[in-house]
Amino acid sequence: MKAGILMRLRGLIRKESLQILRDPSSIAIAFLLPAMLLLLFGYGVSLDAKHVALGIVVEQPSAAAASFTAQFSNSPYFAPRNFPSAAAAQTALSRETIMGFVWLRSDFARRVAARQDPDIGVYVDGINANNARLIENYVQQSWADWITSQADLAGASNPVPIAVEPRIWFNPAVSSRDYLVPGLIAVIMTLTGALLTALVIAREWERGTMEALMVTRVSMHEILISKIIPYFLLGMGGMAVSVTIAVFLFGVPLLGSLLVLTLAASLFMLASLGMGLLISTVAKNQFVAGQIAIITTFLPAFILSGFIFDVGSMPAPIQVITHIVAARYFVSILQSLFLAGTVWSVILPNLLALLLMAIFFLGAARLAARKRLD
Amino acid sequence: MRRAALPSAVTMPPETDAAPLVLEQLTRRFKIGKRVVVALDAVSATTAPGLVIGLIGPDGAGKTTLMRLVAGLLRADSGTIRVFGTDVAADPLKVQGMIAYMPQRFGLYEDLSVQENLDLYADLQGVAPEARAARYGALLHMTGLTAFTTRLAGKLSGGMKQKLGLACTLIQPPRLLLLDEPTVGVDPVSRRELWAIVDHLVRGQGMSVLLSTAYLDEAERCDEVLLLHEGKLIGAGKPSQFTQAMAGRSFQVRAANMSKRALQGALSRLPGVTDAIIQGEAVRMVLDAGINPGIVRESGLVDAVITQVPPRFEDRFIDLLKAKAAAMAIEPAPSANPPAAARAPAAQPGTEIEVSHLLKRFGDFCAVDDISFTVARGEIFGLLGANGAGKSTTFRMLCGLLPATSGSLQVGSFNLRTAAATARGRLGYMAQKFSLYGDLSVLQNLRFFSAAYGLSGAKRNARIDWALREFELAPMRDATSRDLPLGFKQRMALACALMHEPDVLFLDEPTSGVDPLARREFWQRINALADSGVTVLVTTHFMDEAEYCDRLVIMGQGKVLAEGTSESLKSACRDATHPDPSMEDAFVALIEADTARSAAQVRAA
Repeated sequence: MKAGILMRLRGLIRKESLQILRDPSSIAIAFLLPAMLLLLFGYGVSLDAKHVALGIVVEQPSAAAASFTAQFSNSPYFAPRNFPSAAAAQTALSRETIMGFVWLRSDFARRVAARQDPDIGVYVDGINANNARLIENYVQQSWADWITSQADLAGASNPVPIAVEPRIWFNPAVSSRDYLVPGLIAVIMTLTGALLTALVIAREWERGTMEALMVTRVSMHEILISKIIPYFLLGMGGMAVSVTIAVFLFGVPLLGSLLVLTLAASLFMLASLGMGLLISTVAKNQFVAGQIAIITTFLPAFILSGFIFDVGSMPAPIQVITHIVAARYFVSILQSLFLAGTVWSVILPNLLALLLMAIFFLGAARLAARKRLD
Repeated sequence: MRRAALPSAVTMPPETDAAPLVLEQLTRRFKIGKRVVVALDAVSATTAPGLVIGLIGPDGAGKTTLMRLVAGLLRADSGTIRVFGTDVAADPLKVQGMIAYMPQRFGLYEDLSVQENLDLYADLQGVAPEARAARYGALLHMTGLTAFTTRLAGKLSGGMKQKLGLACTLIQPPRLLLLDEPTVGVDPVSRRELWAIVDHLVRGQGMSVLLSTAYLDEAERCDEVLLLHEGKLIGAGKPSQFTQAMAGRSFQVRAANMSKRALQGALSRLPGVTDAIIQGEAVRMVLDAGINPGIVRESGLVDAVITQVPPRFEDRFIDLLKAKAAAMAIEPAPSANPPAAARAPAAQPGTEIEVSHLLKRFGDFCAVDDISFTVARGEIFGLLGANGAGKSTTFRMLCGLLPATSGSLQVGSFNLRTAAATARGRLGYMAQKFSLYGDLSVLQNLRFFSAAYGLSGAKRNARIDWALREFELAPMRDATSRDLPLGFKQRMALACALMHEPDVLFLDEPTSGVDPLARREFWQRINALADSGVTVLVTTHFMDEAEYCDRLVIMGQGKVLAEGTSESLKSACRDATHPDPSMEDAFVALIEADTARSAAQVRAA
């Protein structure tokens, strides 16, 4: 009996592996797609603002105004353009040729000299919230810096008692690539775990091979295990490729433990496989299986995991929803392991959540899978 | 014939007294949308061991449902199934250990090789490693696949796939073998080989087999038959019992001065006639019980020549269906109402389709290899051949959907190579699986297809009215077409193909799997169309459908192997072993001669 189970498992796993090796689409989903997504996000997409087109309106040129606006020309973040009037700058803003403008009124130099607070108008295009916040903060910061330096030059006491000096931890370079790439690994593993698994089982239904399998002595446990093992290995392989690309090609630091990373990835992979198996019990053709897998696993992993959009800044009801997205926990672990090191206070609760999700989805898949067609 | 004794090391499990299969009041319903379909309705039967039991019925009769219930893949709504005494619902795994099941598409992994498929099923069925070599050898020899072990299953021909599927199923000899429509879509030669294997298994090893099929002519090869129709068991017993009930009721009728279609029409309207169908140049007639064939002459057909012929299984099926329909007081087939001609029935004779030296290459593969034939106006012309013989490629070129590599194609006065779009406007096409929009109602489908063919305004409305009336679709005009019975769908598909009054109608396996009454009704319409001057081209691998054609060509490996009427093709292969050859005999003889010829050429080269 025992030998029978082993023989059947061996046969099924060998069959599954041969199919993976011969099917270009599984290789593509497991290895090519990760590499492509990583290159796209690593090189193409950046959430950092650089060379933002910024309009400068100086109504009355003066030494003070020139010294203040020079800060923008010297900054790598801005590409300043001068406009003769606020109206002209506004037109440019509405045409989206500039992202915002800074308006120094004709009384700027006089009020600075008189140590009065000059009104600096800052207008930003709020459509790109990221750039808008950057411009706003930068202008404020520049103003604080400049007024301090002016006061130092004049030898007078500092009119601004507290200088704001931001310090960014855990991603000192503030490079979006360094936090996007680790998060991307979660998205990639969702693809192999849920999408690929749901598709290959749906294909067995479509081609009638599942029907033939079910009438043999194989039990449902054995069918599920034979699907989990090869796709687990494939997913972990995809992860290894992604980590290698992230660390060696993009130079993303990996500060935490590789062992913990493997453990977390394994748990996440099992949860993903569980979702894939669960989907395949409902969807018996490849089109429907693909749609369900993308909507219930891939898109949430992309949007709700904190990979691109910070979970903390989402509306409260959406934040609640993110708790059922397995990728959320994995992204937290990944970002922590890559950028901060093995911080157990972050990693442990997330590992526990992943463990629970893996148990839940695999268990649900087992309960839903029946050795029957109805 | 390839035959080999299976190794004696593999012994059959000890026999018990229990019957292989006992069905008691088996009922199974399916919910499709809002509709509840009764797939099996209180079916009871008991089978004896060591026999081939044929589960026979048209598509939708409940054959696959019954197979799946026996295999433990579905649960019955009520009733029980016992396999060698074990209740399937109570212990499906035990039953699955005693049976082997080949589903309709053979259950093969197309991206695995022949050997890998065998290995997988050997692992799944727990065949001991030391017993495998002998078992593989015997199965490969029996199925003729020894030379193809490294080939991917997806690259095998239909017949070879079917045999590989069977080999995988038999890797551990079961006590009960379930084969779900194993002969569907394979050529007659492969079909015969499969039957030879099944016969061998049963006679040589005492295996019990349950085999489902929609081909009524296969009933006579079974030891016992369960005849299903619309979920009900309408007959059970030895095939000879079915035909005996019809003894003395089947005749062949010829009339010298009457066309076969006119004769068939006249006979089918005659009271006391159960069935009248065209068979080659004659009409095959079945009379109601106790009716004297003299009624034919009494009805005015004085010069009819009537010969008694042996009854067929199908005769009994028709008889049972008509009796059932009469009991339910439903007009069985609208035979009293032959459809009016699509146009004035003044068909001038002449050539409608001319194909000469037609060639189609895909890379270095020649799908259609220098074929020529002509079809007269108003003729029903058949293209008969196995899958892969080049029928569909020829068809697509004739429809102007695929450009020919060389040769000429003329439909009416149009050259299809230069004026495909114009010629296509004169063609109607009915695809094999009735390519209708399942989500649309009958009326919406008719509207769509008439618009697609460029009809508008009053003309369009007139054609829609015509279709609803002639094809008796009016009562179902608002029904969703997907939910219609198969016969209705087929009628609707034909109506859609005729919306623009085409001169040439293409039919791609139009009646495969359709129940025999619906098939008769369909061909009656086609006959009427042909009489009105519409030229009809049929591709099929069904021998029955070939009999309805005026003339046909038999294709093999892209070539025309023979051309003529079904009678001339049949008589060409008459010899001592086949004194009264069937269409299938003729077909198999031609294919085998062709295979032998190409083998000889290979040897010579």
